[in-house]
Amino acid sequence: MRFYEAFDLEPALSLDADDLKKRFYERSRLWHPDKFSRASPAEQEKALEMTAVLNDAFRTLRDPVSRAEYFLKEKGFELSKEAPPELLEEVFELNMALEELREGDDSMRPQLMEARDRFIAMRDSIDESLTEAGARGALEEVRALLNRRRYIRNLIREVENVLPN
Amino acid sequence: MSFQIDFGTEKSPIVGIDLGTTNSLVAVMELTGPRILSGIVPSVVSVKESGEVIAGAEAGDMLLTHPERTVYSVKRLMGRGVEDVQEELKLFPFHIAGGSESTIKLKLGEKTFTPPEVSAHILRKLKLDAEAELGVPITQAVITVPAYFNDAQRQATKDAGRIAGLEVLRLVNEPTAAALAYGLDKRKEGIVAVYDFGGGTFDISILRLHDGIFEVLATNGDTHLGGDDIDNLMLKIALEDIASEWGFDVSTKSAAVQLLRRAVISAKEQLSFVPAAKIDLAYDGKTYQREITRELFDKLVTPVINRTLGPCRDCIDDAGVSVAEINEVVMVGGSTRIPLVRGAVEVLFRKRPHTELNPDEVVALGAAVQAGILSGDVEDKLLLDVTPLSLGIETMGGLVSKLIHRNSTIPASATEQFTTAVDGQRNVLIHVVQGERELVKDCRSLARFDLKDIAPMTAGFARIEVRFLIDANGILSVTARDQRSGREHSVEIKPSYGLTDDQVEAMILESFDKAEEDFSERQLREARVEADAILAATDKAKQNDAYFELGEDERASIERGINELLVVYHGDDHLLVRAKIDQLNEATQTLAENMMNTAVRGALKGTNING
Repeated sequence: MRFYEAFDLEPALSLDADDLKKRFYERSRLWHPDKFSRASPAEQEKALEMTAVLNDAFRTLRDPVSRAEYFLKEKGFELSKEAPPELLEEVFELNMALEELREGDDSMRPQLMEARDRFIAMRDSIDESLTEAGARGALEEVRALLNRRRYIRNLIREVENVLPN
Repeated sequence: MSFQIDFGTEKSPIVGIDLGTTNSLVAVMELTGPRILSGIVPSVVSVKESGEVIAGAEAGDMLLTHPERTVYSVKRLMGRGVEDVQEELKLFPFHIAGGSESTIKLKLGEKTFTPPEVSAHILRKLKLDAEAELGVPITQAVITVPAYFNDAQRQATKDAGRIAGLEVLRLVNEPTAAALAYGLDKRKEGIVAVYDFGGGTFDISILRLHDGIFEVLATNGDTHLGGDDIDNLMLKIALEDIASEWGFDVSTKSAAVQLLRRAVISAKEQLSFVPAAKIDLAYDGKTYQREITRELFDKLVTPVINRTLGPCRDCIDDAGVSVAEINEVVMVGGSTRIPLVRGAVEVLFRKRPHTELNPDEVVALGAAVQAGILSGDVEDKLLLDVTPLSLGIETMGGLVSKLIHRNSTIPASATEQFTTAVDGQRNVLIHVVQGERELVKDCRSLARFDLKDIAPMTAGFARIEVRFLIDANGILSVTARDQRSGREHSVEIKPSYGLTDDQVEAMILESFDKAEEDFSERQLREARVEADAILAATDKAKQNDAYFELGEDERASIERGINELLVVYHGDDHLLVRAKIDQLNEATQTLAENMMNTAVRGALKGTNING
């Protein structure tokens, strides 16, 4: 996997964050385009390319969720965009409340704030499970958690869009 | 006898340039650290009646006498279209001469200029100043831009550099440059916030300094907020006052407005140090005077300052740090001299900001440090900057699909697959936008990329991989590859704002035609002036008794020196002319000494002008 290769790391769901950061700084010092401003155009091109990949890789791997998504995708798992069935009823109610608030019914506000807090708690609990499942290497479980997380993240965003602090 | 710079072996330094809204500066990295060259150059450009274009302080004076031929604050127009600047036009006396949706043309006297051409005149002035001081040609530069500048604004700045005859090796964000100058000292570690409130732009950046690496965690800002806005608020009050006192409106009289603007700025600057200041205007036999107290001033600027606080809070959030974790706050830009600004920053960040650096110079100094990093002279520092705005493409229904999020470390890239929607479709149009909103119409259009000459095939069968790459300058490039054939796929780029490459090329050619002679020509002319001086002095000395007292050999070598200097005089190699001047200097040394000994001092004075 390219992003792991950029750091000379074996692909794995869990990573040592400090080690990753150390590798990032080391490689940045070596490859950054600033170090090649008087080199040939071909070398400059290469430095730009390697640093872009290094930066993309660091961004992806340092965050446990985007790292898991990348890892699974590279392993050939599909991440679905379907709503997790156990959430359907809740989502239906939420959409109604959102609609009413958008139409100016302010009485929906407390209900939505409550929903937001509930979703944030769900997300946090998923993050814990993700770490745990990742450590066990339970890829199917990780995939299910990621699907659920992505969906909940979108719900949080939707609620926050209509609920300015 | 004379001091000679070795033009042949001396490597031209890369200069650092702060191309500001109000003032610009050029600096260079030396062994002892970065140093400002010459002085502050007001970012003002004017066209004399002779057609000559001037920039800097002289143009600043033209603002009072010939406001219709003079432009200031042109940075506000960089990378923007006519539609974008309607608000600006209400407050600034820009003389727009049409242009198109994608570029603005300014009218100065009989000529028209695009904003990058105007900026190029400021850059050229800085280039000449630096060359005069360093005695070497300057061809490469690092130029700073507001961190919150978008792609088009950055591209316009780069274009300005090219038109001015400078290879822009890097665009550096202003607050980041300030952090470089500030944190040059190796012991500096920790989280630093840079609050950069200049003449026309506001930026906030939060960085982590660690072992010589300056890592930007997040940046935010407003590219149309600065000291200019404060000036305009005060100007408005004064104009209203005058209208009621004098019984007529002077706001249409450009010269009066510019005089008043100068008085307002002076009062604003004084108010940073004294509790009250006067705005004075004498115009057309009438006088106006008004006192502005600090209290009134504070009331006036509070809304402007408040506009900087939202971006600060967002930036802290995006950086993923708490206020308590921020170790230091550095103030940059002239507007941070205002006590109320300092107070607001202190309240927000809960610590006293650093104001010991000269807020006008620190950005240029930092640009020089970055130039030193690029030249290899500064080895232990590295800047990791971010892109200020998210990059996305238009998808169905006018929605934006984000590819590279804001605050991603640059260079950064993203890859997307594209295919055809109908059978036999020959091209795919990709609309790239920059911004944080979800709808295309709320974001800034960057460019349209046309994937052309797709071989006709069934819908959805084509596989074109498009790579979006933001380079270390924060500028986007796009490449495409046909995955079925593995070949590069051609991409036609239509930038939404700014100049096309061809337009820039044309401007470079034009600027070569009309600009002052380039560096070597100027060197040649200066060498000839010196040659004239020594030839004249030698000629005169030949009438002196001391000349006839010289030995035959010495007289012969002087004659040879004269002849050889005359031979190279009309050549085009200034180094050769200087070498022959030195030779003649050498040959006339005994003569000069003898003449001085016989108290005929001064006859050869002209020979020493370069030493």
